[in-house]
Amino acid sequence: MKDFIIPSDDRDMGTPAKTGAPVTLTVDGFQVTVPEGTSVMRAAAEIGIEVPKLCASDNLEAFGSCRLCVVEIEGRRGTPASCTTPVAEGMVVNTQTPRVKKVRKGVMELYISDHPLDCLTCSANGDCELQDMAGAVGLRDMRYTSGRNHYDASGAGTLAQGDMRARAAGTDLGNPDYIPKDDSNPYFSYDPSKCIVCNRCVRACEEVQGTFALTIEGRGFDSRVKAGNAGDDFLTSDCVSCGACVQACPTATLQEKSVVEMGTPDRSVVTTCAYCGVGCSFKAEMKGNELVRMVPYKHGKANRGHSCVKGRFAYGYAHHPDRILSPMIRDRIDEPWREVSWEEALNFAAQRLKRLQATYGRRSIGVITSSRCTNEETYLVQKLARGVFLNNNTDTCARVCHSPTGYGLGQTYGTSAGTQDFDSVEKTDVVMVIGANPTDGHPVFASRLKKRLRQGAKLIVVDPRRIDLVRSAHVEAAHHLPLRPGTNVAVVTAMAHVIVTEGLTDDAFIRARCDTESFADYMEFVSDPRHSPEAVETLTGVPAAELRAAARLYAKGGNASIYYGLGVTEHSQGSTTVIGIANLAMLTGNIGREGVGVNPLRGQNNVQGSCDMGSFPHELPGYRHVKHADARKIYEDLWGVEIDPEPGLRIPNMLDAAVDGTFKGLYCQGEDILQSDPDTKHVAAGLAAMECVIVHDLFLNETANYAHVFLPGSSFLEKDGTFTNAERRINRVRRVMAPRATYADWEVTQLLAQAMGATWTYTHPSQIMAEIAATTPSFAGVDYALLDELGSVQWPCNEAAPEGTPLMHVEGFKRGKGRFIVTEYVATDERTGPRFPLLLTTGRILSQYNVGAQTRRTANTAWHPEDLLEIHPHDAETRGIKEGDWVRLSSRSGETTLRAALTDRMSPGVVYTTFHHPDTQANVITTDYSDWATNCPEYKVTAVQISPSNGPTDWQEDYAAQAAQARRILPAAE
Amino acid sequence: MTDIVPPSAEEMRAIVEAHLGLEGPLLPILHAMQDTFGYVPDDAVALIAEALNQTQAEIHGTISFYHDFRRAPAGRHVLRICRAEACQSMGGARLAADTLDRLGVDWHGTTANGAVTVEPVYCLGLCACAPAAMIDGRVAGRLDSAAMGELLQEAGA
Repeated sequence: MKDFIIPSDDRDMGTPAKTGAPVTLTVDGFQVTVPEGTSVMRAAAEIGIEVPKLCASDNLEAFGSCRLCVVEIEGRRGTPASCTTPVAEGMVVNTQTPRVKKVRKGVMELYISDHPLDCLTCSANGDCELQDMAGAVGLRDMRYTSGRNHYDASGAGTLAQGDMRARAAGTDLGNPDYIPKDDSNPYFSYDPSKCIVCNRCVRACEEVQGTFALTIEGRGFDSRVKAGNAGDDFLTSDCVSCGACVQACPTATLQEKSVVEMGTPDRSVVTTCAYCGVGCSFKAEMKGNELVRMVPYKHGKANRGHSCVKGRFAYGYAHHPDRILSPMIRDRIDEPWREVSWEEALNFAAQRLKRLQATYGRRSIGVITSSRCTNEETYLVQKLARGVFLNNNTDTCARVCHSPTGYGLGQTYGTSAGTQDFDSVEKTDVVMVIGANPTDGHPVFASRLKKRLRQGAKLIVVDPRRIDLVRSAHVEAAHHLPLRPGTNVAVVTAMAHVIVTEGLTDDAFIRARCDTESFADYMEFVSDPRHSPEAVETLTGVPAAELRAAARLYAKGGNASIYYGLGVTEHSQGSTTVIGIANLAMLTGNIGREGVGVNPLRGQNNVQGSCDMGSFPHELPGYRHVKHADARKIYEDLWGVEIDPEPGLRIPNMLDAAVDGTFKGLYCQGEDILQSDPDTKHVAAGLAAMECVIVHDLFLNETANYAHVFLPGSSFLEKDGTFTNAERRINRVRRVMAPRATYADWEVTQLLAQAMGATWTYTHPSQIMAEIAATTPSFAGVDYALLDELGSVQWPCNEAAPEGTPLMHVEGFKRGKGRFIVTEYVATDERTGPRFPLLLTTGRILSQYNVGAQTRRTANTAWHPEDLLEIHPHDAETRGIKEGDWVRLSSRSGETTLRAALTDRMSPGVVYTTFHHPDTQANVITTDYSDWATNCPEYKVTAVQISPSNGPTDWQEDYAAQAAQARRILPAAE
Repeated sequence: MTDIVPPSAEEMRAIVEAHLGLEGPLLPILHAMQDTFGYVPDDAVALIAEALNQTQAEIHGTISFYHDFRRAPAGRHVLRICRAEACQSMGGARLAADTLDRLGVDWHGTTANGAVTVEPVYCLGLCACAPAAMIDGRVAGRLDSAAMGELLQEAGA
């Protein structure tokens, strides 16, 4: 098995690829044909001729400032820059003539005259384009001597260029042009003395990331790269630490601190980020067994060479001292943990589970799979339930995020997945973002979206909160519909009402592609005046005129796409809203081509995959219901067992059954249900009532406080497998280091199955994928060799689509005809009243991820050390609350305390918080209301009251005490 | 020097809003700020950035690119002495050095009584009347030590 992939063609082509009619030219005597609009530099690179360059990079538009890439073109005067000169038919280019060589040497000499010559001790030694180019142009001496410079802290050339004393940290020796190093960012440093002002970082921040945090300060010799306003450093500026500038920098000016400390890496492995559902491809750059840095992989089809602060930098949790590396057991949860051997822990767990099944019945135990683990691991965990426990008690954390997506899109289109690939956003004209905050939750997608918006695409934001996309540098939504939490269905239905009653439907599409009968019913339903924007205005809080304008734009603005997140699904009518969204796309014919579609933004790296792999209690892998005997037979024949035809328990049912005393044992892999599931007290009661809770995780998470067996997990760096991202893209995860706790997660599940008597004999995850492919039609063509060859593949991947399916429903819907379903708005039972007059909604912040188990254990806490309650200044004032005050947040379920942040991002009457920190326990507040179809909890609406407070609540203190008690580990026996 | 009271947010916002209808309003706003307050106040940067939907970095980049925009108040009068070639060939360098000596300041400095700020300028287009200078927007040519003395006296230096 080929485990290590050294990227074969990682060359920088200088300028971006173009599309256009073919143009043929001659470069250094060789003919090359490239698309019209291509630069001379790129044309040369296509045939392996590298023109020296410093300011050009193929992820940035040509800039033409370094003047190193000059060439001579026959019939043209002078020495034009090859990066800014487009090709022309019949052009004859010479990249190496005496004249250009002389120009380049002269330019290089000037660069070097203001650059420290400490190459041997420089952190970019061996990885520096300035160094490479000095070599390439053959610079041998430098005529310029001392004078004004930026590299010598002691002033005008009194110390030699290579003298380290000149650049010691914190030295101010009197050179007014010398700017000391900025180490404020936890992950990278900015050393202005090494800057050649090529502008690549500034352009990367603008063009690639879209944050515009950097600028060039001053002019001429005084020009320096600057983050933010005068007086800012990187940390206080708008910088979001995505790392694009660091990647763009050709010198050591912007450099990862890990490289400064460890030196340059010696090999790299292409793998997939384990944070959000974008699924960025990275090169894990290694030095022996140590990870030096993660660099976004330019051939990654989800991220196209970009990254965010989490994937790029926040991998330190893998080596955090909190990681538990040996298995532990205890008889009761009030005892301290005992570290034991793997064998003892697994036997202990297996004996307990078997005993529970013997005493309380086959269905008294179950599993929870993780959306953060690989497809192969998830498949094995559900196989453990179905093939070894012999029940269907398997559920996944997707239950609490995107289960309504599966239901809603399945019912309307016939498949439980997004319709597009991320590249599609480059072709869209109108984007509607509903209940998602991409700049924080899915930052790399947000950057790609913002790029398209800067090119002129229009944006509609449907969100109670004024998220950054509504208005931030160079991006402004055409319409922001600030609806009251819980009224999604009313808003989406009102949009459909406008489209239908104003005759904005795509009738040809509907006739050809959709089910006529359901359409007729839907037309009758939706054209009823009670669904008009005016009729629902008081309910939703969205001005009718704004809603009408948004609907018209969506219907008639060209290619219109919808991207949505958990603000859609985590409601009592989550599935209904997904259906409403699907209806909108069908009504307007925005399905089945590039630039359109319905796109769920998945929260975690493998939400899509964990759903695909049969994690749900009613579905076998590939979304086949367990009641179908033919689907069961496939697995029964292969596994040699009889599969339970009855759907198993969902997570909330497991907990209810546990409280009732009928559900007794749980194997929970890589999920912290105590922190992430609603109504924390109920979850705690359920877990406490079980007799065998097995937690398989990197850390002693909150759920582990109630566990009897702890099995140490492996991080994504320590195992092989695949993740499936939000665009159905199956990406390879490659092991870059040995599992720190001996076993990869799939091996642990296999060992547990073996301890319970199963005869599994997988020796590599590729064998598990082979079993998945052999049993699941939409994965039939997937194997590791194909993934190595293509880089990634989007399912369905089978005989009909051997290289996968970037766009779904191109010719027809998966289910045949698209089905319209009426979307009656039913108000949630969770309502505000005199005691709880405010609505709480929850979300995510850029630097933290989910329950924070990983990101809280990295330097990302520099940006978000605690959860804050965002509240409108008006609501704060009437309650006597000031910025930074402790406030008590109470609901019908419970109460907690946290600090207040006053902001008019929120509408009056709505408050907002994140759930990244266990001290806050935002889910103590949330209720146990859930989606009518899928039980997805209603996280996004809770009626609350806010009052001033002195500090933590009794619950928080009791909880902290219980957690401290439950986390004790006995010292190892001497 | 008297304490400078920074302008209020309302005053600055009024200037920004007066120019928002223009195509490319940033430079007109910065000029209006400087004309009104004598400098571009630090607090104006965030305000302008917000109004133009740009970042503070971009506004700072623009301000710092132009030497004429200042981030702190100048003296009551601004004297710009030409240091370009024609003036230098006619004794401009000596004139400039003498003037700085006489006032006891360096380039961009302000006299202790707050009367005059001296700045270099690279060609006023007055080469035929070199050496030249400009005080508060009024040009003066064929300057010698005595003529410069009169200018400074008028300015109260």
